Amino acid sequence: MPVETGGSSAAHEVIPPPLASAPAAAAGLPPEAGAPEELIQLLTPEGERVDHPDYPLDISASELRGLYRDLVLVRRMDTEAIALQRQGELGIWASLLGQEAAQIGSGRALGPQDMAFPTYREHGVAWCRGVDPLKLLELFRGVSHGGWDPAEHKFHLYTIVIGSQTLHATGYAMGIQRDGATGDGGEAVIAYFGDGATSQGDVNEAFIWASVFNAPVVFFCQNNQWAISEPLERQSRIPLYQRARGFGFPGMRVDGNDVLACLAVTRAALRAAREGQGPTMIEAFTYRMGAHTTTDDPTRYRLAGDLEAWKLRDPVERVKAYLVRSGSADASFFDEIDAEAARLGARLREACRAMPDPAPLSAFEHIYAGPHPVVDAERDAYAAYLDSFDDAGRDGHGAPPSAAGPPGEPGVPRVAQARGTGGFGRTGEAR
Amino acid sequence: MTTLTLARAMNEGLRRALEDDPKVLIMGEDVGKLGGVFRITDGLQKDFGESRVVDTPLAESGIVGTAIGLALRGYRPVCEIQFDGFVYPAFNQIVSQLAKMRYRSRGSVALPVVIRIPFGGGIGAVEHHSESPEVLFAHTAGLRVVACSSGPDAFTMIQQAIRTDDPVIFFEPKRRYWDKADVDTTASAADALPLDAARTVAEGTDVTLLAYGPMVKVALAAAAAARQDGRSIEVIDLRSLSPLDMNRISGSVRRTGRCVVTHEAPVSSGLGAEIAARVTEECFYSLEAPVLRVGGFSIPYPPSRLEEHYLPDLDRVLDAIDRTFGY
Ligand SMILES: Cc1ncc(C[n+]2csc(CCOP(=O)(O)OP(=O)(O)O)c2C)c(N)n1
Ligand SMILES: [Mg+2]
Repeated sequence: MPVETGGSSAAHEVIPPPLASAPAAAAGLPPEAGAPEELIQLLTPEGERVDHPDYPLDISASELRGLYRDLVLVRRMDTEAIALQRQGELGIWASLLGQEAAQIGSGRALGPQDMAFPTYREHGVAWCRGVDPLKLLELFRGVSHGGWDPAEHKFHLYTIVIGSQTLHATGYAMGIQRDGATGDGGEAVIAYFGDGATSQGDVNEAFIWASVFNAPVVFFCQNNQWAISEPLERQSRIPLYQRARGFGFPGMRVDGNDVLACLAVTRAALRAAREGQGPTMIEAFTYRMGAHTTTDDPTRYRLAGDLEAWKLRDPVERVKAYLVRSGSADASFFDEIDAEAARLGARLREACRAMPDPAPLSAFEHIYAGPHPVVDAERDAYAAYLDSFDDAGRDGHGAPPSAAGPPGEPGVPRVAQARGTGGFGRTGEAR
Repeated sequence: MTTLTLARAMNEGLRRALEDDPKVLIMGEDVGKLGGVFRITDGLQKDFGESRVVDTPLAESGIVGTAIGLALRGYRPVCEIQFDGFVYPAFNQIVSQLAKMRYRSRGSVALPVVIRIPFGGGIGAVEHHSESPEVLFAHTAGLRVVACSSGPDAFTMIQQAIRTDDPVIFFEPKRRYWDKADVDTTASAADALPLDAARTVAEGTDVTLLAYGPMVKVALAAAAAARQDGRSIEVIDLRSLSPLDMNRISGSVRRTGRCVVTHEAPVSSGLGAEIAARVTEECFYSLEAPVLRVGGFSIPYPPSRLEEHYLPDLDRVLDAIDRTFGY
């Protein structure tokens, strides 16, 4: 199980800064995306610790090592999943490569009582919420639609339809308000979404709802610069964090490859939400290092040079550099983490390959709270239909009841049986 | 004749439409440099420019809503919805705006918008990538709804849809995108079978088997298998789901006396229900058996490891054919 490294250091939380300064776009021109003065950073790409006046962060060596461990292990999970997809064990995989710091930093900022609403790429946050990575593999293998219990992990199911979850997060936060569950040690919500998602109506509606109801929700946008093949400029003329101001709440841009900055800024925003200051938008400025998913081919639409530039800002390497530089970890620590990553990889590999397909009739479960005449009838008919192949395979005689025929109708010999596709071996032709 | 995948035939049809009419636009997510996630628009932006082949912001309501505005201004937008399960954010624009504008304006406003939707399952995808929502649109007055099943039809039908002065929801059988067929890319769409006509793709005398989109291939395989058992199956590719080509359908059923409809969408309140009702009304005295339906179950599309159970296959179609002889 992942070690809890964040979330417990309430003493380091800070009140968020006032509203972001007026957009430089006032003159009509969007400010340079990623202009350094906008970017909140606590750890440089070279692994140097820097201070930010609004986000002081005291972090112990052991917490730092914990964050590093998280980063390495989720990256390993991701590498393993990509390999499993290549080997045909997964249908598809959406890699988080490059976004580890944004996810671990924000994920570790959450308290156990906070609720998270992910997209389909939040494997690092899932890790922080104690969801077994195997559950994620299940989903991408096609065994489940996301088999974890959202309430148990305080981590909602993955949402694939872009942007929808931001409204769910906002509504959940409105529930927290009604329950009076905010305040010191109270609850808050975090909604994850991408740069592309900011164009969806749902996301804009979530901003409005959260704003006018002052809902305790943090909008955490991982701006990885791409929505499949479309660059950020196709979604926005201004830096995304500046959108928040128009909706009436603060927005800030954080170096999304800096786990410490993501941790500090998310903590502050969650705390503000708990304290009744309403929503915050955090734009984690990062980069999708890999393809959109394993079926995507980014060479068709982006330049290799960008990738090289972002490699120098790797979210894992800079923590390692800082650990070494500050004497917070020695070689044996790194060896240990590498060994643990190897063990995790091996476990996922083996368990994924051994993962059985769900039972056919399980498809008919959990559609309604109780029995349902149509679903139940279809399930029973399909069960009889499947059995008919077993019968034919076992003893080759006896006309089975019709799959969906009228009750009491005499069964008729089936072509498929006549052609000897007994057992569970259906012809499988002509799909 | 050139051997093309269905995806390529779509691409050639779109290319032809862009060439033929400068008012034709293509818009959608990732349709530009990437050429769409299925490469249907591959190379089109390069050849026709960014103002005719438009990568839109990520919002389906925006895609359809702005297509309506462009159509009001005289353009003929062709919208790509990336996957079936992502059309719902545009539902208001399609059902309440696009479908009704002609009626509301008492005929003065035409909206020649095409909405292309890759639909159906069988590709091992995650949630929302395998759905068959066609009946939601077939149920909506003011929309024409079609589904192609082969490369040659993909090539001509998309051109016909674009020339239609009504909105057309154009379903593409995504699991057949890679199927190859000979396509005559010099053929004139104007001379092809009209967009609202069904096509008999196998002649037979004992049962009329109706299918569309990805299920046509399954239906043809079922007809071939049934022939070995001495049964003669007539297969009709519906092509147009709204309106239905009832002349062809009923004409066939009156001869065969039996009718089976198959689609991937759930059977409950599906297109098969509409067809069964109409066939019953029009062919009542010719029917030897009730119209039977073979389709998806009344459940959400299941995780892909279960989709082979959900999707009607050869055996389930043959089973239904058998049952029509049990009456
Ligand atoms: C409503 C909807 N439309 C289209 C898609 C297809 N799609 C999946 S991911 C994606 C791009 C998302 O970009 P972004 O929000 O930046 O997130 P990222 O994938 O970069 O993490 C698209 C268009 C979808 N899942 N849902
Ligand atoms: Mg993105």
